[in-house]
Order: sequence, then C-alpha cells, then structure tokens
Amino acid sequence: MKINKMYSYSLLIPAGLIYGLFFLYPTIMSFFFGFTRWNLTDWEWIGLENYIMFFEESSLMIGFKNTFIFAFLTAGLKVVLGLIFAVLLTAKLRTKRFIRSLVFFPVLVSTIAVGIAFSVLLHPSEGLVNTVLGLIGLNGPDWLGNPNLAIYSVAFVDVWKGVGIATVIFIAGMMSIPVDYYEAHQMDGGNKFNAFWHITLPLSRPAINAVIILALIGGLRTFDLVWAMTGGGPGFSSDLIASIIYKQYQAGFYGLSTAGNVLLFLMVAVIVFPIFKYLNRKEVDL
Amino acid sequence: MSTQHEIMRKEKRKKSRIRLIVESLIVIVFSAIFLVPFYFIIVNAMKTSPEASKLSISWPTEFRILENMQEVLAARDNMLLLAFFNSTVITVISILILLVVGSMAGFVLQRRKGKSINIIGSTFLAGLMIPPAVVPTIWVLEQFQLFKTFPGIILVMVAISIPFSIILYTGFIATIPKELDEAAIIDGCGGFRLFFSIIFPMLKPIHSTVIILNAVQIFNDFVHPLYFFPGADNATVQLTLYNFMSMYSTDWNLLFANVLLITIPPFILFLIFSEKIVAGMTAGSVKG
Repeated sequence: MKINKMYSYSLLIPAGLIYGLFFLYPTIMSFFFGFTRWNLTDWEWIGLENYIMFFEESSLMIGFKNTFIFAFLTAGLKVVLGLIFAVLLTAKLRTKRFIRSLVFFPVLVSTIAVGIAFSVLLHPSEGLVNTVLGLIGLNGPDWLGNPNLAIYSVAFVDVWKGVGIATVIFIAGMMSIPVDYYEAHQMDGGNKFNAFWHITLPLSRPAINAVIILALIGGLRTFDLVWAMTGGGPGFSSDLIASIIYKQYQAGFYGLSTAGNVLLFLMVAVIVFPIFKYLNRKEVDL
Repeated sequence: MSTQHEIMRKEKRKKSRIRLIVESLIVIVFSAIFLVPFYFIIVNAMKTSPEASKLSISWPTEFRILENMQEVLAARDNMLLLAFFNSTVITVISILILLVVGSMAGFVLQRRKGKSINIIGSTFLAGLMIPPAVVPTIWVLEQFQLFKTFPGIILVMVAISIPFSIILYTGFIATIPKELDEAAIIDGCGGFRLFFSIIFPMLKPIHSTVIILNAVQIFNDFVHPLYFFPGADNATVQLTLYNFMSMYSTDWNLLFANVLLITIPPFILFLIFSEKIVAGMTAGSVKG
C-alpha cells in the first residue's frame, strides 16, 4: 500500500489532461452534437434527423458499404499476403534482409505521396500498369475512373503500402516458434507443407489476431489514401465514411459530419470489439 | 567411387543452380512490385516537363533534378520551405511532450495495481481504436482559442499519439525490476524523484523508439493538419504536397520532385533505424 503511494496518480495528470481534453472530451461531445444542427457557436437540437439523412441519402449510404468492403478486403489480403511473405522471408534466402526492407519501406512513406504516385501509375492510357498489361496483350481497365472499380484499386494500393507491417509482425511471431517443433515434425516424417498447417499457422495465431485487428481498425478509418487517389469519386462511388465526414465538414454541415463520426465510432465498436473478443477467447482455448 | 562422387557433385551443383534461379525470381518479382514505383518517381523527378509527361520509366535524357527541386522549393513564395519548417516544429515539440508525459503515465500504469488503474489504462488504450471526433475537436480548440495555432495542432497530435507511446513505455518498464524502486524509496526518494532521476534515464532505448515511430507518423500526417491547422501560413509538408497535386497536374517532373523531397526524411530514418522501427512496431502491435 505504501509502495502504491510512490506511483502517485499525479504522474498521470499531464497525459490524462491532454488526452482527456483533446481526445476523450470531443469524442463524448460528438454523441451530443450528432443530434444537432450547429455552427460551432450555436446549436439546435434536431433529434435523429442527421442519422436519418445518412441512411436515406444513397450518396451517404454508399460510404458504409465501401468502408465495410475496404476494411475487410484490405485486412484479409494483408493477412494472406503477409503470411506468404513471412514464410518466404523466414526461409533460407540469402536476400531476405533486402526483400524485407523492400516490403517494409512503403509503410514509412507518406500516404499522400503513395497516393499520387499510384494515381499516375494507374493512369488508364499512359500509366505503367496498363502499359505492362498491354505488353502481354491485356487491355487494362480505367482503374480509378471506373465507378465499379475505383474503391478496389484504392484498396490494392492500401495493401501495397501496409502489407509490410503485417509481414514483420508475422516474421516476429514465426521467429519465436522453437526450432525443436519443426525438427520433431521432420523426424515423424512430416513434410514442409504439413509443418506450415500444423505448426506455423496455429502458433502464429497471436500475430494473426494482432494483424486482423490492426488492419480492420486502420481500414475502417482510412481517409487520406482515398482522398489523394479519387477524392471519393467518380461521383460518390469510392467514398468512405471518413471522406464523407470531411466533405460534410467542408460544406459546413457540422452536425451531419459529427453524426458521421459517431457512426464510424459505432461501426468500429460493433465490428472490432466482437472480433477482438472472439479471437482472444480462441487463443485461451488452445 | 570417383563416379559416385562425381554424380553427387553434379547433383549438388544442379540443386544450387535451381536455388539461384528461384532466388533471383523472388528478388525480381518483389523488386517489380515494391521498387519500381519508387524508381518511377525518381527518374521522373529528374526529367524535363515534356519528357516526364510521357509517364515512362525510361532513363532521363537530360538531368534536371536540381533545377526541379529548386523550382518546387521556390513555388508560391517558398511554400514548401515554410511547410518543412512548420512540420518540423510540430513534430519536434509534440515528441518532446510525448516523451515526458507518456513515460510518466506509462510508469504509473505499469507499476500500480488495482481496479481503478486498470480502468484508466483501458481508457487510454481505447484511443487506439476510436476515430478522433473531428468537428467537436475543432470546437474544443476554439474554446481555448487554439484552433489554427501551433499549440492547438501540437496538443491534438500529442493526444492521439499518447496511447501507442504508453504501450511502448509500459512494455519496457515491465522489464525494470521493482526492487530498484524499493531501494530508492528506502534511500528516501519521493515518487517524482524516483521517476525523474532513476527511471526516466533508464528508458533511453525505448525513448528512441518512441521518437522514431512518432517522427515518421507525425511528419507524414495529412489528416490532422488538414482539419486542425488550416490556412496558407500554416502549410505542412503533406498538405502542401496535396495542394501541389492540382497545381502541377501538367508538370509531373515537379510533382515527383516534390514527392521525392518529402520522402527523403523518412528514408534517412529508415536507413539508420530500420531494425528499431520494425522492433517497435511489432512489439507495440502484439501487445495492443
């Protein structure tokens, strides 16, 4: 008890004050302002109107669908590709350090820079991607100009930029698996493919869970990449909730923008919390 | 004997040759996917405007890299230079604050036991998941007259970076034996002195991780300056790049020179600290 006194709460005050005032307080207040029409000084209570608008306007509704697709597609691809890369990069490759650096570096590059570079690479007629496809006789689509395709193109660029984190997390997980397990497996006559299914995959579970959760949270909140590549277009076809929040804010609809924030919060809570609980329960069962 | 030996050697050579082919294939595929975009940016940043407009990956016929960079830096009354200055100020001050308040909080959160401290801890961690509430944050900043000011954007950056920094600190502090604290107490150290004169200096390795990870994050941030630090004088690096995108829509060489310029700082950090960055990111994520 006396010891606890040494770890005085007063050491928590600066962090608590900044975090409380500039993060928690606005978050709590968003639940109130989502029910209002306001201009930062005056507010008028309008009940559920903002939320009803979100579900009735098809241009707003599309943001939900896109955010959902974007988050799950990018998270899924990051897990699958990250696992493949990690298996390759923990094998006896002489160039593995070089390749690991290649895969990881985009993580550190600014999203806007990546977005700009890829909007040029994906240019329908002159872009490098379609030029290469043309060389092998394929007619590449208008990646960012086709409303049915734009959100998927952005998602692939997001995976390109973010798969490095998943890869290094998986590598760290795989490196911590004792070599004995693989040796025992080999002595029992098992092959490498089986070793992956029966040793590597189950023992990478904590790393896989971490990647799923991280990627989902990141994907649900994505804004800058979509903004740099398509601006939500063509039309509203590649809008995400986060880009809608920005557009409504720019247009001066602060209440509507805040309602979007609340909906994004709820979406994260409804999707991520249950998955987090589910994944962690399984971990205990093992 | 000798023929058997020969066969074995041949087999070995064949195997190593297959190995070499497979390895080269892997390197080629990964380079094509992850290196070509950067190569594309670099060669086009060096070209003249008409040559860059072809959007090809060919080697430049005329090198204009220095002229391009000069032109980009001088554009709009040296806007990019101002942006570099602003982004550096925001990054450095935010990190200095984070180091002190983050480690203090991490220390108490790791050492204290009990229900109330657990609740406080999870409240901090919730910040990793919750998307920041945009307009209400502007509203709070306005109340303190901090909207569009350096202190305003810095406090917001610190607030959103605190959760991850706390994870890094608690993870590291857990490896410092508690006996050390007890010895200090017996020597008559108070809580604050225990932390600042004994614990804080021991955190050097994790301080550097916190510095590097947050430097990359804050310097590269686009969203928060866009919302909380608008205005022409308040240019930040990423925002400037975004605005130049429409301005240079015909001069790809200048746009890519700009991209190249702002990618240099993270690239240098990566060259020097890649191991530390990777370790910090994996440690933080697995615990979170």
